[in-house]
Amino acid sequence: MSTPTGNARLLTYVDALREAAAQEMRRDPRVFVFGLDVDDHKAIQGSTRGLVDEFGPERVFGTPLSEDAMTGVAIGAAMAGMRPIHVHIRMDFLMLAMNQLVNIAAKSHYMYDGQVKVPLVVRSMIGKSWGQGAQHSQGLHAMFMHVPGLKVVAPSNAYDAKGCLISAIRDDNPVIFVEHRLLYYTDAFVPEESYEVPFGKARICMPGNDITIVGISNMLVECLRAHELLADQGIDVEVIDPISLVPLDIDTIVESVRRTGRLLIVDNAWTTCGASAEIAAAVAERSSDCKELQVRRAGYAPTTCPTTPVLEEAFYQDPVKIARTAYAMVRGEGADWQPDPEHAKLAYQIKFRGPF
Amino acid sequence: MTTRAVKTANEPEEAVDLGRIYRSLRLIRRGEEEVARLYPSDKIKSPVHLSIGQESVAVGVCDVLEPDDVVSPTYRCHAAFLAKGGSLKGMMAELYGKATGVAGGKGGSMHLIDMSHNILGASAVVGTTIPVALGVALAAKRTKRPRVVATFFGDGATEEGVFSESLNFAALHRLPVLFVCENNRYAIHAPITKRWATERLCERVETYGIPAHRIDDGDVLKIRARAKDAVERMRRGENGPVFLECRTYRWREHVGPNEDFNAGYRPRSDMEPWVESDQVARIGGLLPEDQRGAIDSAIEREIVDAVAFAEASPFPTLENLYTHVYADR
Repeated sequence: MSTPTGNARLLTYVDALREAAAQEMRRDPRVFVFGLDVDDHKAIQGSTRGLVDEFGPERVFGTPLSEDAMTGVAIGAAMAGMRPIHVHIRMDFLMLAMNQLVNIAAKSHYMYDGQVKVPLVVRSMIGKSWGQGAQHSQGLHAMFMHVPGLKVVAPSNAYDAKGCLISAIRDDNPVIFVEHRLLYYTDAFVPEESYEVPFGKARICMPGNDITIVGISNMLVECLRAHELLADQGIDVEVIDPISLVPLDIDTIVESVRRTGRLLIVDNAWTTCGASAEIAAAVAERSSDCKELQVRRAGYAPTTCPTTPVLEEAFYQDPVKIARTAYAMVRGEGADWQPDPEHAKLAYQIKFRGPF
Repeated sequence: MTTRAVKTANEPEEAVDLGRIYRSLRLIRRGEEEVARLYPSDKIKSPVHLSIGQESVAVGVCDVLEPDDVVSPTYRCHAAFLAKGGSLKGMMAELYGKATGVAGGKGGSMHLIDMSHNILGASAVVGTTIPVALGVALAAKRTKRPRVVATFFGDGATEEGVFSESLNFAALHRLPVLFVCENNRYAIHAPITKRWATERLCERVETYGIPAHRIDDGDVLKIRARAKDAVERMRRGENGPVFLECRTYRWREHVGPNEDFNAGYRPRSDMEPWVESDQVARIGGLLPEDQRGAIDSAIEREIVDAVAFAEASPFPTLENLYTHVYADR
């Protein structure tokens, strides 16, 4: 959909994030970056590398381990006209900032009748693999989707990472910016110049007619792999990346589902009260005239994420699980099919480069 | 203008405008008494946490602030709101839930705000506004704007983790923040003795590297003098934050218009010394009778006007349910 322009080069997701922040900081002196370890030698897995050298410690600084107060500081600075980017190395830590985000950031513009705005970006990363375990692995975006006043975006590729971060920085609302650790070293053609990816516009990554699969965050990549597996079975999958969850482009999804009659939402999170539940409900509400509609959700197993690899693997969705679920939906209940393990491995080796 | 020579920590003598201080004290007292009088009529659509008895803290601090300085009140916010120059009309209309209220009728008594007077929005979740005030101070420091932020909170807020986090960050970054603890020794109905093993609040704060001062008796001129000293140093960029613990006493119930000494959690005798040293009466007594009378009459007219304004104002229209959920961009 969004076509890379002439100056695009291959860039990783992590470098796209860093470039977006640097370009916005050059453009707008009100932008600053802070959070635990944003200025250390690891630089949040490289996503803030070089920023302190270019912009100095007044605009790029580490903080005490005080997520609650630091979020309040970000909100106050935003109300006073600055444009803070508050970085958390794991999304799990946002629970320590929940009070400020839900009770102050989300509500201030409304509760104070428009007298203040909170142009705040909260970056956080979902972890996975290497035994990240119960408290380094959670995709908690649905908790923020629940609350009016917050925007929630979850770019799945480097192109969207840069464009969404620039959009988030320029947005006058608090934006929960959901990253995924496994996406950091995926690459895509990313324009050198500054550009915005608008919120509230989903992207049809792969057109198809048999089933609509919506993939959120890095699950989008897994859905594309499932698409490869299913193509061999003659199943024509439409893959949609919502990109932003609030605002959500439900129209694009509904339009697709009206063609395919089948919807599978794959989230990098639990399904209960999750983004997948919201999308499923929103589609159902708009499809009461479709008698044949099939809807399924897929996400984390309804348990806590374990560390040991054999259990961890069972916890997550993967291309084979997604493909089997989709297969059963298209071929009818009871239809089972086990993708060839060698083919599944090959699907894993395909490099998908967004924008999809 | 009636002035009085007052000794401050820094300067030998300074002229204090007692008329201004009295006007502010009296406006808050009478404004809130009117709120209490009206409350049973059920026209006020908001839980009210009255500052009656506690006025001197907000007045003493706000008297030394410049228009560009910022205050961040608690949910018991009428005093700081009025002391910083917030409009009584706008406040009363807000309590009535009217469109002309300072928050368009969408915030109520616990969420007063007036950014034109640099009064940050108040919050009903104890302690949450403290770090927000720090953020405003951080922005001021980054942009070299010579403003000070006074953040008000009660003794209960000092038990929230965010209070300690905020002390540390303000000290670390030497932010121009005046922490003002309005210590009335009750969190709702729980006395401080049931909440703290020690009452050495100032000592605790000092360990963060923040100068801390306690004013025990609610004396508005002592509070003012301490605040003035702190604010002037901050404005000159010489110092980081300062902490003031102002002991005070809430005369009415935690929420609502009445007294509550029959509830059994505190005796009326606790209030008596505070009534004897009531700052509204004390400062009023220092003024010539004609000046005090003129101030009183003007305040009564202001109150009548504010109530009439609130009564006559329209409620918001239904589309306002959805305005300002998100900023335009």
